[in-house]
Amino acid sequence: MTTQPEAEVQQRPHDPDLLLQVEGCEKSFPGVKALSGMRLDLRKGEVLGLVGENGAGKSTLMKLLTGIYEREEGSFWLNGEPLEVRGTRDAQEKGLAIIHQELNLVPHLTVAENIWLGREPVGGKIFTRPREQVSRTRELLESLGLPLDPNTVVGSLTVAKQQMVEIAKALSFDAKVLIMDEPTAALNDAEVEQLFGLIRRFVTRETGVVYISHRMPELKRIANRITVIRDGRYIDTMAMDKTSMPEVISKMVGRAINTDARPENVRDDRPVILSVRNLSTKSLLDDVSFDLQEGEVLGFAGLMGAGRTEVARAIVGADPITSGEVVIKGRPVTIRNAAQAAQHGIGYLSEDRKRYGLMLALPVTHNVALSSIGGKFSGFGFIRDKAITAATEDARQLLRIKTPSVRQLVKYLSGGNQQKAIIARWLVRDCDVLIFDEPTRGIDVGAKEEIYQLLNRLAAEGKSIIMISSELPEVLRMSHRIVVMADGRITGTLPAGATQEAIMALATHREDDEPLPAPDSDAPIIPNDEKAEQ
Amino acid sequence: MSSTAPGAPAPAPTTVAAGGDAKASAWRQRLQQLAALGGLVLIFAAFSIASPQVFPTYSNITNILFSAVVVGVLSLGATFVIITGGIDLSCGTGMILSGVMAATFIVTWGLPVWLGIVLAILFGGLIGLVNGVNVAIAGLPPFIATLAMMLVAGGLALVISNKAPIYFDSQDHSSFTALSTGNLIPGSGFPNAVIVLLVAAVIAYVILSKTILGRYDISIGSNMEATALSGINVKKWLIIIYSLAGTFSGLAGVMLAARLGSAQPTGGQGYELQAIAAVVIGGTSLSGGKGSIVGTVIGAMIIAVINNGLQIISVPQEWQNVILGVVIVVTVFIDQLRTRRTTTT
Repeated sequence: MTTQPEAEVQQRPHDPDLLLQVEGCEKSFPGVKALSGMRLDLRKGEVLGLVGENGAGKSTLMKLLTGIYEREEGSFWLNGEPLEVRGTRDAQEKGLAIIHQELNLVPHLTVAENIWLGREPVGGKIFTRPREQVSRTRELLESLGLPLDPNTVVGSLTVAKQQMVEIAKALSFDAKVLIMDEPTAALNDAEVEQLFGLIRRFVTRETGVVYISHRMPELKRIANRITVIRDGRYIDTMAMDKTSMPEVISKMVGRAINTDARPENVRDDRPVILSVRNLSTKSLLDDVSFDLQEGEVLGFAGLMGAGRTEVARAIVGADPITSGEVVIKGRPVTIRNAAQAAQHGIGYLSEDRKRYGLMLALPVTHNVALSSIGGKFSGFGFIRDKAITAATEDARQLLRIKTPSVRQLVKYLSGGNQQKAIIARWLVRDCDVLIFDEPTRGIDVGAKEEIYQLLNRLAAEGKSIIMISSELPEVLRMSHRIVVMADGRITGTLPAGATQEAIMALATHREDDEPLPAPDSDAPIIPNDEKAEQ
Repeated sequence: MSSTAPGAPAPAPTTVAAGGDAKASAWRQRLQQLAALGGLVLIFAAFSIASPQVFPTYSNITNILFSAVVVGVLSLGATFVIITGGIDLSCGTGMILSGVMAATFIVTWGLPVWLGIVLAILFGGLIGLVNGVNVAIAGLPPFIATLAMMLVAGGLALVISNKAPIYFDSQDHSSFTALSTGNLIPGSGFPNAVIVLLVAAVIAYVILSKTILGRYDISIGSNMEATALSGINVKKWLIIIYSLAGTFSGLAGVMLAARLGSAQPTGGQGYELQAIAAVVIGGTSLSGGKGSIVGTVIGAMIIAVINNGLQIISVPQEWQNVILGVVIVVTVFIDQLRTRRTTTT
């Protein structure tokens, strides 16, 4: 798709069937081109599915449409009129309603108070009119067929009901376009039905819905057409009844991957070092079992919210587990916090380095030494600063951490070098099992390759690595085996050399879906149950 | 965002490690302490000019040091808690309660003076331990946990003392009062209390900069979640840090009682704010992760110099707090300006 000059776009005759048009939209963030020549056509009276991998640019596009971000190029059209939005509120008043993945309600306020927040009916410019507010809310809820009481405190509602409040709020602005970002992520089947009913009631000849989702079976039911985007670019739009799930998936992932780079030293017969058995948590994980072999890179693939990070956090004791056990070298162990995990040689490197990994305002030395300060870097409670400096210097050379000095504050390092500092922390601590959560997030392309080589080297030296990643090329390039998760469960384990399509098929699988279609793949899928029996 | 496909525009490298920042940051830290020290020197010079006969004399300087002891010792402990990003509102009344306990052990129970002192200091540590458990295990916000302890300790001091001061015997317990007013260095006129403050400051300095406790203290304040995920038992160390702070307020209680020759069951409230003020003036950040013992000592000295100097140039007592308040705002504002500038460049 090429970017059209704006003048040309303006001359394009308006198609009276089109409700919302996006043309030639561009957006960059430092180091990343988020959107490039993005387009989107929403027709009147339709539900348009919007799909793409994590990071394909769906959320960026939505944030541009609602004015949260400012676009650099391109134009928006609503009903044939050029559309300019300045912030969420402005978008709402112009008829664009967006339901974000995270709900934006005030839990202590009632349904009515939330819906009219910031534009309460007032008398004399000062006093609110609670009764008018409630009666207007009741009318709104009735017109939408929502079984909600305006006086209920939002915090006491289920997530599904809260979402309905959010939708009611959006529609109270007399919305023409409703944009929903993964609306069913937290809903059960009955609630999904309710949501679909609401969407169908909303869609008239004058309105339309953009429905962002990963869940193919749902899209098949609710969407009329489906638009696929990838790497910030528009790929294709298809009528839902004329396309198939494999076609959509192949368009979602269909980029060339570096064919030279393959996982190294793949073997499947090494001793098991870490074994997770029937792990469940209160919130999400359901009966998760897998083995990690010595010297292997075990990839964890899945969509956002599939529960991969939760598995890592449960293993290292950061989140409590309700059942299941962790077995290290054949011995069941109890891990209640990261301190105990470290004692058992397990180190966790969070996806959110700034929040869960780094002490930004402290030097590299501290960030590298932290996990070992109570051990080899102290005697009788006193710090051995020389040993810390020496070990950090060693790590700096070994991992090629680029910093003018080990005394440098870690916040001045680049993302890749910060990541290396955290890797060094666990190597200095002599951890054998390293759990990487999105090891290359926020790291530029060159440094990514360096991290990959580092992980390969660590695996070759006998470290066992769990690598959680949302980037399929990364998973395929690195993993000796690939565990795929969906909705808190492991839906399958794939060998090295699996295809992106096979992974996506497992990642979009819901427990209650029809059986998976045979994937178009060289590598056979090993269903999880059979694998466990082997 | 997403990984980049071949042929897609290569993203520009995002960050370039800036050279020479390590040196710059070390300098900045030194500058920080210099700034507080510079403030102290400036204030001292101003009073010396205003009252050249009385203010800068040897006896008045020992006076200032002597009057800085109680707030100084308190603020040493408070520094550790504030570095974690917490606060200890109970150190004032905790100090009073520890003093009452010292008197109870020594006067009422008749324990040897040295044992009474040790037990009273440990009792302060026990108060801190309870704070630590409430913060780390029960998960109470430090403000709430220590506010409650402020009330409890203040009340218990009244209960245990029966609402009356407990006097030390000038003969039997002379070694107790000598802890504050005696002269270890004969003929110097240099009170022992100042030596106690210096020793306590050195111990605090060593703990903060040379031990794992100090390192964990700073790490917790810098990023508590990351510290926990790095395999540090943050709950345990928080309890230890609050206990340490309590131990210092126990020592402050002993020093106050020794100076007065009695344990006063009231008057503790307000000390905790003076201690916090000293810590903040010394450049320790209330948001945690950053702090220095040297700064805190200088902060305590600034407060003592201001109080003493204003008295000497006959500024009414009621104005002293007004001026102290202004000094706090000015010093912290300058500190904020400096950090704001360094983070934006």
